[in-house]
Amino acid sequence: MNIRYQQIQGRSLGFYALVAGLGVFILAALGSVYYMEHNGHFVTGMNNRIVWGLPHVFALFLIIAASGALNVASIASVFQKKLYKPLSRLSGLVALALLAGGLMVLVLDLGRPDRLIVAMTEYNFKSIFAWNIILYNGFFVIVAVYLWMMFERRMNKFSRKAGIAAFIWRLILTTGTGSIFGLLVARHAYDAMIMAPKFIAMSFSFGLAFFILILMASYKWSERPLGDVVLNRLRNLLGVFVAAVLYFVIVFHIGNIYLAENKNVAMLLFNTNSIYTNLFWYGQILLGSLVPLLLIYHPVFKGNRSVLGLASLLVLIGGIVQMYVLIIGGQAYPLEMFPGKEILEGYGELVIYQASLPEMLLGVGGVAVALIAVVFLIKFLPFLPESLADKVADPHHKA
Amino acid sequence: MSKKLNRRDFIKSTTASTAGVATIASGISLTTFAVNDNPVTKEKRWGMLVDINQLSESDIDNMVNACQEENGWGNETHSTGHQKPSWIKKIKVKDRATGKIDSLPMMCQHCEQPPCVDVCPTNASMRREDGVVLVDKHLCIGCRYCMMACPYDARSFVHENLSNQKEHMPRGKGTVESCTLCVHRVDKGGVPACAEAVSGEGVIFGDLYDADSKINQTLKKIQSTQIRADLNLNTGVRYSGI
Ligand code: SF4
Ligand code: SF4
Repeated sequence: MNIRYQQIQGRSLGFYALVAGLGVFILAALGSVYYMEHNGHFVTGMNNRIVWGLPHVFALFLIIAASGALNVASIASVFQKKLYKPLSRLSGLVALALLAGGLMVLVLDLGRPDRLIVAMTEYNFKSIFAWNIILYNGFFVIVAVYLWMMFERRMNKFSRKAGIAAFIWRLILTTGTGSIFGLLVARHAYDAMIMAPKFIAMSFSFGLAFFILILMASYKWSERPLGDVVLNRLRNLLGVFVAAVLYFVIVFHIGNIYLAENKNVAMLLFNTNSIYTNLFWYGQILLGSLVPLLLIYHPVFKGNRSVLGLASLLVLIGGIVQMYVLIIGGQAYPLEMFPGKEILEGYGELVIYQASLPEMLLGVGGVAVALIAVVFLIKFLPFLPESLADKVADPHHKA
Repeated sequence: MSKKLNRRDFIKSTTASTAGVATIASGISLTTFAVNDNPVTKEKRWGMLVDINQLSESDIDNMVNACQEENGWGNETHSTGHQKPSWIKKIKVKDRATGKIDSLPMMCQHCEQPPCVDVCPTNASMRREDGVVLVDKHLCIGCRYCMMACPYDARSFVHENLSNQKEHMPRGKGTVESCTLCVHRVDKGGVPACAEAVSGEGVIFGDLYDADSKINQTLKKIQSTQIRADLNLNTGVRYSGI
């Protein structure tokens, strides 16, 4: 059966309310940027010890989720699973939108965002950061080409190749993002915390959670049929990804502290007075992993869409918490500058970070930019199948 | 040959005679210099030996004050706590095994293999041929990755607008800075302000490669160490007595 794609109408009151709501967040973010850049970063909670704050948490979260959101399309094109095929266009779109949102936050938190052109023209090829700039730009191009091949009938036959290229690129991109931390020789906390497979699992999980929420919302609000076959498949997939992240966290994160005698990581995980410890156990593990797993797999919730939505939302919140523990928590503990010595004065204390309102608004603004991009593009281009009812999505399905 | 060097030339130039062919010009002429007395070449490696047995705590305080005075940092009005810049600081450590307490001045260690330079996306963070590690304020985009990478907490980010800057030391909100080893003095044959602030032999500044230099000869004689020598960064700043 041929899938028919159709723009959403986007003329309802609800549509305009959504756009306006997202617009408010974006304006607030831009206002915050002006305020922070005009005054300087002293108005933020960041300092010379916590040099990357909440904006980086959001930015890297969105960038990681972006590469994961492409997964649905990859499953269809690379692994030839038919059921996912109608979802491919949206998958590519969500990936691009999340990346745009994340990059916006990253760039606007620079000390000199006005010098972006310098970053685009002066490359230090030893710098993993410079490589990431190339990887991000490349991702835009490759996914855009991939989308075009899916849209343009004449090009359909190439879409599988493009899909494979995009899939490989995204694996490199996530590894590159993880390496921003992993390659810091001086930061012990990161040696154990960053692992390429863990980052890739995280991207699968966050990206799919975004995708599920956007899919459900757009079908509900545009009153198009969305059957259980598709959703149940995505639900199971999400469960697998969440479990995979949890697995990597347990194996690497907790296992490593015994091997590496990694004092800072141990403090991070087992010092009950520390906010990062609490965030890790309650936010990342409980709220972001165990509860969603329960919601996904417990028979009572089977087929319940609100519960799936809630599980996805919790995965995202847990993901932000995870990035917070990683980025902020990893900086809060002092560098091991004098092994075998205790620092009495001048350095070495645990630094408290208190995110300021503008930082939060900038971070949330990045999410809003991603969402508004999706909203506009599905209005103007045929990204969504008219119907994802069970008999369309899976012709062999028997009700 | 022009004797007017802009700041980038001043930083990158190898000799006064090659200044004119420095690859990229920022176009902003910040300072006018006479011909370098001390040309920048890779035949040299500037370094510093800090003998903490010969430094009292007040000596170290004097070093910090001299740096502030010379380079004009520390008068920021809005930055609080850890937001304040700190190019050099006094650190007090206690040996866990012996209980020995030491105070030492910590600044950029001018690594030969500087992680801050490796990570900088725009080449703003750079190492001169003579081993001095600097930030080009015109190229720095304020990403702060170098601060994440430095093992010595040596770098500061400028968190606010600045006024009354020193002519020889332009700084800028939103960019990263650190100890320059007082290149503006060294290039004219002088020594860094912190070294000058200490009377006696507590701090020896000089060319690590020059077999006749005091620093080279002293290092041959006495026990000295690099902080976090295990990282193999081959620092230009060395310590003894720790
Ligand atoms: S001490 Fe830090 S700032 Fe200085 S050269 Fe080494 S890594 Fe760079
Ligand atoms: S903050 Fe400036 S000097 Fe440091 S890595 Fe970024 S661009 Fe380079």
